[in-house]
Amino acid sequence: MAPLFYIFAAVAILAALSVVLQRTPVYSALSLIVVLCALAVVYLLLGAEFMAVVQVIVYAGAIMVLFVLVIMLLNARRESPVNRSQMARRLGVPLLAVFMAEILFAVWGHFSNAPIPAAEFHAGPAAVGEVLFRSYVLPFEVTSILILVAVLGAVVLAKKEI
Amino acid sequence: MATSSSPMLLVLMILLRVVIVLVVLLTTIAYAVWLERKVVAHIQSRWGPYLVGPHGLLQPVADALKFLFKEDILPREVDRVVYYLAPFIAFTMAFASIAVIPFGESITIRGETIPFEIANLNVGVLFILAVTSLGVYGIALAGWSSNSKFPLFGGLRSSAQMISYELSLGLAVVGVVLIAGTLSLREIVEQQRGLFNIVKQPLGFLLYFTAAIAETNRAPFDLPEAESELVGGFHTEYSSFKFAMFFMAEYANIVTVSCLATLLFFGGWLGPVFGPPLLRALLPLLWFSLKVFCFLFAYIWIRGTLPRFRYDQLMGFGWRVLFPLALGNVLVTSLVVAWQAS
Amino acid sequence: MPLTHILALSVILFGLGAAGFIIRRNIITIFMCIELMLNAVNLAFIGFSRYLGNLDGQIYVFFVIVVAAAEAAVGLAIIIAIQRNRETLTIDEIDSMKM
Repeated sequence: MAPLFYIFAAVAILAALSVVLQRTPVYSALSLIVVLCALAVVYLLLGAEFMAVVQVIVYAGAIMVLFVLVIMLLNARRESPVNRSQMARRLGVPLLAVFMAEILFAVWGHFSNAPIPAAEFHAGPAAVGEVLFRSYVLPFEVTSILILVAVLGAVVLAKKEI
Repeated sequence: MATSSSPMLLVLMILLRVVIVLVVLLTTIAYAVWLERKVVAHIQSRWGPYLVGPHGLLQPVADALKFLFKEDILPREVDRVVYYLAPFIAFTMAFASIAVIPFGESITIRGETIPFEIANLNVGVLFILAVTSLGVYGIALAGWSSNSKFPLFGGLRSSAQMISYELSLGLAVVGVVLIAGTLSLREIVEQQRGLFNIVKQPLGFLLYFTAAIAETNRAPFDLPEAESELVGGFHTEYSSFKFAMFFMAEYANIVTVSCLATLLFFGGWLGPVFGPPLLRALLPLLWFSLKVFCFLFAYIWIRGTLPRFRYDQLMGFGWRVLFPLALGNVLVTSLVVAWQAS
Repeated sequence: MPLTHILALSVILFGLGAAGFIIRRNIITIFMCIELMLNAVNLAFIGFSRYLGNLDGQIYVFFVIVVAAAEAAVGLAIIIAIQRNRETLTIDEIDSMKM
């Protein structure tokens, strides 16, 4: 199990690098799909079978399709380098790296380095559904209204004339 | 899965099942093409393939050879990476969904249980939906990478159609899942031992079948690839083996969707079983194959009979008729299930 | 796999997403880096959910995915509207409220 995690973690990191560094938006989108699927496998290895499949169906299978369709429609071209101030990049990325390392070191000591117990961890759809519809039923209803609002907003924004 | 055997034996058994299923699936696809040409021909009062082999039975072999030997054209302006990736994605996703479909009862040989499937997931239904969702990319990317008007429109229309009908497909399946209480395909079939789900979910079946036809881009929902409308749609710029991959992917999708329909609504491999143990092991396979064959025939029959929908009629139908009906079906089913449970 | 390794993967992905957000100039790519950051957070949630044996983390992931979907829909609609009005997808050129 453990070597699989490291393999797919490496795949996810390489694909994430590809998302950030590719010039063509379509290649970035495809790399993001690879990241999503690699993460879905990692969720599966962590016992979250329902979340893994939901990730593939919703995130990789619907949201990213939306991205790819919009990129196709808007005919997004490769980025061309420009001579604006590079200060944000030159200063921002190293500071970001330092910040991330700091977060990592801050949490590293707090959790034991022992492998997570491979005990019985029932995270199938039934178990998740129980928790979702008993303790979290109110946020569930609120998110359904949120999605309705998002649908209305998207339709209004993308229409040619209102 | 037998737990007492070594890992090597386990891996070997899985590989053996994968090879068998792939071979059977490829043959089924090849002969589904033959069946389609014959049936559509007879519907249109002509013979269909007749010369190559008796009644054209060797026509698929001839077609395969043709595809292999045709010139592989690479148009100049295509996006190379995505152009080669798209048929590969379509093909892989179409063949991946067959991995969780159970074909028959498990048989026990010398204490080792051999299940008639490649993998038994507890979220089998969701896995098939997930793989179907990923299959949209093959078509969308094929349309985009061809860098040409007709494929782009065909690809956009086709992917919009597929994601719209995916919703109704999923909701129709939810009805069955509500009744069965499980997402594992094998258990859904086991629970139909008394009564097939078609009796309990007639509307669900109709919704599923209609959404499945639209999902697999078949007539009457095949505007995105109709020759008279968009030249070839998303696969206009593809030739020889890459086109064959799209072709095989489409038929593999049809086979998968038919298998799923028999598993969810018609009891899968359940049927009268009698006789010696060898017959007992093979009869469920026979019932399953017969039911899937009936669905394939229904697909081809519908293709030969109904005229094509216009694109706006298609999308209107999917969103304004099928989706509300599917939601209504889920609502009524959950009310009935809750009332029966109390 | 220890929890710390999962968190390390999550931090690396988040850092890459944030770096992409700073570096890139195409709106859609910036949007995709935001999605990458969201996924890194999802991974941390699932890691913790497994570590603590509690399903709440997965419920949070569910809601993050749902909200990300809503956000992607509206965000892409806004991007389409911007492209229609200003004919560009580079954020450097979309830097004033007035056209």
